[in-house]
Amino acid sequence: MDFNIFLSLSFLFIPLLLFAYQLFFGHILKHDTWWVSLFGIGLNLAVALSFFYQSFFNSADNILFNGRFNWLTTGNFNLDLGITIDNLAVIMLLVVSLVSFLVHLYSSEYMKGDLRFSRYYAFLGLFTFSMNGIVLADSITMIYIFWELVGLSSYLIIGFWFEKNSAASASKKAFLTNRVGDIGMFIGIMMIYFVGDSHSFNLDEIIAKVKLGGIDSTYLTIAGVLIFLGAVGKSAQLPLHIWLPDAMEGPTPASAMIHAATMVAAGVYMSLRIFPILTFEALSIIAFIGASTAIFAAIIAITQNDIKKVLAYSTVSQLGYMVLAIGVGSYMAAFFHLVTHAMFKACLFMASGSVIHSMHHSLHELHDHETDPQDMRNMGGLKNKMPITYFSMLITTLAIAGVPFFSGFVSKDAILAGTLAHYFEHGGVTIFLPIAGFGAAAITAFYMFRLIFLTFHGKPKNEKIYDHIHESPLPMTIPLIVLSALSFSVFYTGSINPLADGSYSWFAKAIGNGHNYVIEVDNSHNDNYSKDKYAGKSKNDKYGHELDESDSKFNFTYHVSHAAHAAHYTAMYLSLLVAGLGIIFSSLVYLFRKIDPELLYRFFNIFRLYDLSKNKFYIDEIYSNILYKPFMFWSKVSSKIDWDLYDQKGIDSLGKLTLFASNKSTKVDYDWLDQIIVDGFGKLANYMSMKLKNIQGGIVQSYILGGLVALILIILLVQQI
Amino acid sequence: MNSLQIYLLLASFLFSLGIYAVISRQNAVAILMGIELILNSANINFIAFNRFTSNLNHLDGHLFSMFIIVLAAAEAAVALAIIINLFKNIGTVNVDEASELKG
Repeated sequence: MDFNIFLSLSFLFIPLLLFAYQLFFGHILKHDTWWVSLFGIGLNLAVALSFFYQSFFNSADNILFNGRFNWLTTGNFNLDLGITIDNLAVIMLLVVSLVSFLVHLYSSEYMKGDLRFSRYYAFLGLFTFSMNGIVLADSITMIYIFWELVGLSSYLIIGFWFEKNSAASASKKAFLTNRVGDIGMFIGIMMIYFVGDSHSFNLDEIIAKVKLGGIDSTYLTIAGVLIFLGAVGKSAQLPLHIWLPDAMEGPTPASAMIHAATMVAAGVYMSLRIFPILTFEALSIIAFIGASTAIFAAIIAITQNDIKKVLAYSTVSQLGYMVLAIGVGSYMAAFFHLVTHAMFKACLFMASGSVIHSMHHSLHELHDHETDPQDMRNMGGLKNKMPITYFSMLITTLAIAGVPFFSGFVSKDAILAGTLAHYFEHGGVTIFLPIAGFGAAAITAFYMFRLIFLTFHGKPKNEKIYDHIHESPLPMTIPLIVLSALSFSVFYTGSINPLADGSYSWFAKAIGNGHNYVIEVDNSHNDNYSKDKYAGKSKNDKYGHELDESDSKFNFTYHVSHAAHAAHYTAMYLSLLVAGLGIIFSSLVYLFRKIDPELLYRFFNIFRLYDLSKNKFYIDEIYSNILYKPFMFWSKVSSKIDWDLYDQKGIDSLGKLTLFASNKSTKVDYDWLDQIIVDGFGKLANYMSMKLKNIQGGIVQSYILGGLVALILIILLVQQI
Repeated sequence: MNSLQIYLLLASFLFSLGIYAVISRQNAVAILMGIELILNSANINFIAFNRFTSNLNHLDGHLFSMFIIVLAAAEAAVALAIIINLFKNIGTVNVDEASELKG
């Protein structure tokens, strides 16, 4: 146990040391400085693997390590910081370290020759540190602290090439948009703090209090939704998704790590952490936000031409899936998709980076600075020139599209089964959830294959550029190979059924179904999932699920898991169908050219659907119109009031008044007081002394005469009295 | 008018003459003479008060007068010496001329 303290602390602080080293001493080793970072992150990866090994055989609720210390005390208020490592954290740590390690490796080649090479590695270190902090945190305050640090490093990375105006404004946009969510999250944290009698930020203690019951569910719903608002910002959910596509201004490998694999998943991870205290109402709101994000971002991704923008919207869409999974209670599915998505999306980003890199070099050799290296319309036919990039991207595209035997299939399948089950149970408006889920799955398959076909198939658009394209060097292809290998489903589950348990799927076993202590679903109307059926049953049922013994009430997550099992086959066939449709349609349009894209464009544009998607549903414009422009208008008005009225008229007239008054008082002071009174005294004294000086004439006899006269006068006076 | 008043009037007259001399004369010797007159008027006052207001056996007034006469002699000697030196230095005994110390 003691060794684990050392391990976890060093795990947390090694990246911080790397940050400091690269910031202050990064210039010493010039380009070779990246070996230092790679070595440090390699140590991190080793520690993560050791945690993984230690907890591999543990059940879902086992906690590997837990420790905290008192950070500060003021009066009755205690703030603890601590580390807790459960299975969720272990797997997340492994994902973060692995992606971070591969990105460090990849960046050495991608960022070669950059002016601020060491600073780039410093930022990567800072990011890894903050991300580790979120994952390891045992209290919601510590999550918040590292949450903001992650936001900071994201800001720094997006604005890495701050000479570009677009990068500078994108970084500001990302930071400010995240702030909106973070304010909500902070209020939520404060609300959670006051739950129950003994106040605490510690997650375990909060959950324990909620478990005891008796807390107003409306209060808990508001608090939960507010905390989730932080995840809306960080995980780019509707309506705060606008920053993520712009964040692609940053370096591509950093985008792969921060804006695809790990940081944006932090919102989902945090939501999983607070999952046990989310009420059913809060979960419903979350589910609808996730579902709308998934379908919405997918629709936008169809029409984007920038290769990174497509992937960015795809990321938003996939994050919507994870949030949707949380919303319907599929705890395990959400995290499963988070992990598989981290692998294949990081790979997709790095592969696109590889393409952009060689496009960039090719354009550089041709001295062409006009052509956009990221525009897919300038690519085409690259598969012969870049086979490793092509195959890794193909594999990961198959994964994200949800083709069997690839990781995306199982994880997405688990989510879709969850949404179907949710609909079967609740009916009504919740039909939107599976429709959005399956719709987004179909669209995802379509646009991802569009990307593949446009980039790697067909004829090269520009022969000159094509001639100078070559495969990226080894440090860039190794991460692609590793990550695309991890996009096969065998690494996560032995079964094609994502919900399979026990010996088939280590992942499902390690994560479990999660717990939710606030929902006691009243299902007396539903015979299939009635309370009586499960209550009081033995510890293990036929699926090998563990029942929470202490909880004789209705177990929500267990119930959801069962419902998902029931819906699973429907979901699987449906998802196969929609993915297949998407892929076939995409190949018809872009590979075999049977359908002219122009025709499609005209067809969809009857209802202006194409324009809507192309312009990202005008969300930025809407924000500009309802937020930015009124804001600017009112600022101008208030500036006018402030300057023209208050300043120019009010303050300045006060000034003028003062000036006038002081002029007058100067006149009074100088002309009257100074010239007449003060000078008058002086003149009087002068005059008197001129007169008096004659008395002292130096003639002693006159003095005697004066003395005599005075004596006589005194005597006369004395006589009179 | 008793006899004391007559003496006092005589002394006042002498004193006035002395003062007048001291104030109005330019000649240093004449001023010295005025001073002698003032001293002698004081002597007359001492003798008169001693004669008319106290026991005849007492000789306090006389004694004072004797001292004053001695004092006047000494004073005259010193003053005449100063006047001679003054004359030696500036060639005149006019006190208005002796104004070298005047600023």
